[in-house]
Amino acid sequence: MIDFLNSIIVLLNFIIIPGISYGSQLALGALGVTFVYAILRFANFAHGEIMSFGAMITILFTWFFQSQNIGLGILPTALLALPVGIIATIILCIISDKFVFQYYRYQKSVPVVLAMVSIGVMFVINAIIRIIIGTETIKFSDGQKFIIKAKQFKVMTGLNEGLALKSSQVITILITILLLTFTFWFLQKTKTGKSMRAFSDNEDLALLSGINPDRVVFTTWVIVGVLACVAGTLYGLDKSYKPIIYLNLVLPIFASAIVGGIGSPFGAVIGGYVIAFSEIMVTYAYKKFFVYILPSSIEPTGLVQLLSTDYKFAVSFSILVIVLLIRPSGIFKGRVL
Amino acid sequence: MKFERYEWVAITIMISLFIFVGFIQGWSVSLVILNMCIISAIMTMGVNISWGYAGVINFGVMGFLAMGGLAAVLVSYPPIVESWQAGGSGLGISFALLVVLVIAVMYINKTVIQKRNRYILNSLIIFFGILIIRHFYLNATHNIEDVNPAIAGFLGGLGLPIIFSWIIGGLFAAGVAFVIGKVALGLRSDYLAIVTLGISEIVVSVLKHEEWLSRGVKNVIGLKRPVPYEIDLQNADWFINLVTYLNSSKLNNIVDISDRQQVLNNLIIDGSGIFVKLSYAILFLIVMLIIFYFANKAQLSPWGRMMRAIRDNETAANAMGKDVVKQHLIIFVIGAAIVGVAGAMLVTLDGLFTPSGYRPLRFTFIIWIMVIVGGSGNNLGAIFGGFIIWFSWIEAAPLTTFIINQLTVGLEPTNALKLHLLDSVPYFRYLFMGLILLLILRYRPKGIIPEKVRHS
Repeated sequence: MIDFLNSIIVLLNFIIIPGISYGSQLALGALGVTFVYAILRFANFAHGEIMSFGAMITILFTWFFQSQNIGLGILPTALLALPVGIIATIILCIISDKFVFQYYRYQKSVPVVLAMVSIGVMFVINAIIRIIIGTETIKFSDGQKFIIKAKQFKVMTGLNEGLALKSSQVITILITILLLTFTFWFLQKTKTGKSMRAFSDNEDLALLSGINPDRVVFTTWVIVGVLACVAGTLYGLDKSYKPIIYLNLVLPIFASAIVGGIGSPFGAVIGGYVIAFSEIMVTYAYKKFFVYILPSSIEPTGLVQLLSTDYKFAVSFSILVIVLLIRPSGIFKGRVL
Repeated sequence: MKFERYEWVAITIMISLFIFVGFIQGWSVSLVILNMCIISAIMTMGVNISWGYAGVINFGVMGFLAMGGLAAVLVSYPPIVESWQAGGSGLGISFALLVVLVIAVMYINKTVIQKRNRYILNSLIIFFGILIIRHFYLNATHNIEDVNPAIAGFLGGLGLPIIFSWIIGGLFAAGVAFVIGKVALGLRSDYLAIVTLGISEIVVSVLKHEEWLSRGVKNVIGLKRPVPYEIDLQNADWFINLVTYLNSSKLNNIVDISDRQQVLNNLIIDGSGIFVKLSYAILFLIVMLIIFYFANKAQLSPWGRMMRAIRDNETAANAMGKDVVKQHLIIFVIGAAIVGVAGAMLVTLDGLFTPSGYRPLRFTFIIWIMVIVGGSGNNLGAIFGGFIIWFSWIEAAPLTTFIINQLTVGLEPTNALKLHLLDSVPYFRYLFMGLILLLILRYRPKGIIPEKVRHS
């Protein structure tokens, strides 16, 4: 029985908790990509950099607050700076739309051209971030780091395995639940949300029934800004902030959005968790788990690892390819909010 | 082929840029930039063939370049006998087993009719097959990687002249492209972009971590050159005579013998570097012109016309009896093969293979900016884009330093803002690239040298 509990703790500690927190970050990112795709109808390659930009502003204001000795006690100061980051990210989104994307929308350009344009935007934001904050790795989480430490847990329960719960993980999960609930409530219950859904379903019909397209687009960018900034900051808070990482994050995010069915917000969230869990589960070495759960006579000798951790990123693309082959529309049929 | 006037202007601009740099920063710098420009132009032509001719998007440039680089290693590196002895048989067995597995799966797919049984049988046989293969494979690779890990630790190559790898690199890339194309070409263009980008990441991560094949992150250095080494040139009589002859007027003015010898030695050292780079440039130029010639021929041929028809209206082309899927695959593979050639040339030029150096920003997106800026659908435009963008990528740093110094001329040299800006000079090139791309897409969406509209 003890062994069974130990094995459960191992799974919780190394797969389930990291999976949920990484999955939440991916889900928020994928939700942003999905919004752009469903309303503005293009694949936004700049999304990773928008996330990075939001995280950067948050970091700058975290430093400012820290220098003024303003803090939240046991919570990280970044939470205080997050609203500023969100506003800055929204402004960035609106500016990039006004000066860049709007023109192509009025021209009714094909999606590929808009994707190319978003690559241009990606380069510009990328350069701005690097010029402002450089390329160094930045750790900006302060406050209490662990909610439960591994040692404490061992003493508390008397088990062999410790369970470590970082506060950043709990914050990630809580904020994600909050934000997702709000987004879905907004889409389903408010008038603006409904007009957005109508717009994504059938643009011409929506225009005929008097929906103002500029307003819909504006709201979309606001939502995208919020989601991107929160996702970027949470990722930075959990791992550590490094500008280069966010470019690599774009692909798992796209993978999540497509796997869930691009255009479907619910699918994007599910896709995020699917990608996160498969990345972690495929590359985790299960030896410890089997040592606890199997009798010692048939214990495994190797690491019982499907793929080495080097292939972490490759896993998400492989899943993307497999899903596109078997079910091109994704898990949930998409294209409509 | 006949060039229009503006095309002559473009060619003149390209040539004069290098002459300008040659006089300002020295001929060595100019030739270094020229070599990379030519390679970039070849990559750009590869992308241009699939995107400009047929509208097939290829964001996997990075992966195909890496395959070309792998070919350069496998062709030119001398074989490592100990590694083959240590793990060759194991690898052979696992490869043979893989073939058996594939045949078994194909056999099952053919004979078992009932769908559910087929799925169960297939997954069972694949699962256990992979378990068995893994056993042999891991043992073999482990043994190979243990052979002298500091300098070897991989299988080595064939030990042939590296120039063959340019063809092999093209074939490697074409092979990978064939598989990707079979899998992904039915997708919509923006999905295809994401999928090819993802697969190219997979290719690079395989090269990064399969050390028995490519030495992975430990890099392969010291690949043999197709051109002479500087040190050999410096000791070769004919080269010394050549340098003396070329600089005879300058040397004759110096009276003192030892001074004269000193100057001559410096000239020989400089000259050998330039000679090596020049020979690279000539080799690359030949390849570029060959590809350019055939690409233009193909574009003007009935096949090229069919490609344009498919690009402009897929449904109509399909209705006219053109096999759209097959033609898409063909052009995707051809484009990738040309990129693979460029990848092999890139490694040849550097003399080393660093899998971790393949990053999408540098090796996929920049190439796409070259295509868009130069003009998709026009081969000269592709070359022009490759030249201009690579040139500005390199020259952005000196230019930025100059601009920042001009703008902050009123500030003291220890001013924090000025120092910070000067520190971030390397990042301004991304800003330039983004702005160039956005401006071109806005004001000249067909590129600087647009595709010629033919009414024939």
